[in-house]
Amino acid sequence: MSRVQPKMPSMSYSWWVKRPNYIRYMARELTCVWIGAYAIALVIGLFRLQQGADEWQAWLAAMASTPGLVFQVLALVFALYHTISWFHLAPSTMPVWRGDQQVPPIIIEVVHYLVWIGISIVVFWLAGG
Amino acid sequence: MAASNKPIIWLPFAAGGTVAAFVMPSIMVVVLLATAGYLSGGVLDFERIHGFVAHPFIRACLFFLVGLPLWHAAHRLRMTVQDLGARSATARRILAYGCYLSAGVATLLLAYSLMHGW
Repeated sequence: MSRVQPKMPSMSYSWWVKRPNYIRYMARELTCVWIGAYAIALVIGLFRLQQGADEWQAWLAAMASTPGLVFQVLALVFALYHTISWFHLAPSTMPVWRGDQQVPPIIIEVVHYLVWIGISIVVFWLAGG
Repeated sequence: MAASNKPIIWLPFAAGGTVAAFVMPSIMVVVLLATAGYLSGGVLDFERIHGFVAHPFIRACLFFLVGLPLWHAAHRLRMTVQDLGARSATARRILAYGCYLSAGVATLLLAYSLMHGW
């Protein structure tokens, strides 16, 4: 498979600060840094869990340290932003058709929020139960 | 038209983004509140979590709940850094390998952690 490498037009590295739209786009895309970092933290947690009680306790202590808590709060903020932006785009990325009529975007978005609330209740119930 | 390998990447990207959107915030809230000391009853005690994760079904779920967001993040990071200015062929190749290899290593560690010693 050969790929043509077109000549790229020059573009400043800060193109995305020029419009609020672009800044929101960049904020949305960069949520992935926090999603990825938190997923890696969970991988390490499961690795430590499998090793034993002391190792699990050490992972908990790291998460409970000041840097750990700051990381967790930031990750939560960006994860919520990811959730909101993901649901907002869902009607465009996964349009639903009923016959030849498109289901209104707001309904798709609201259904996402309802499912999210349901899943969150299950997670809280599992954690508390 | 040339064959495209994009769907192979898109599926974990979209699935991972969806899983992260639906499940990650609530997990984060539980871990944050528990580690910050706001939850009583030893929610994250070793015996409790170990017993919970020991169920094969739970471990199968965790593989996808944690693994798919890794690939979502890797793909989105690759595309975003490309948008931010990594435009030469070499930069893009290094970026792609860096992102997907990191996700691959993390996925292997995840699989090992979920399969070994239970």
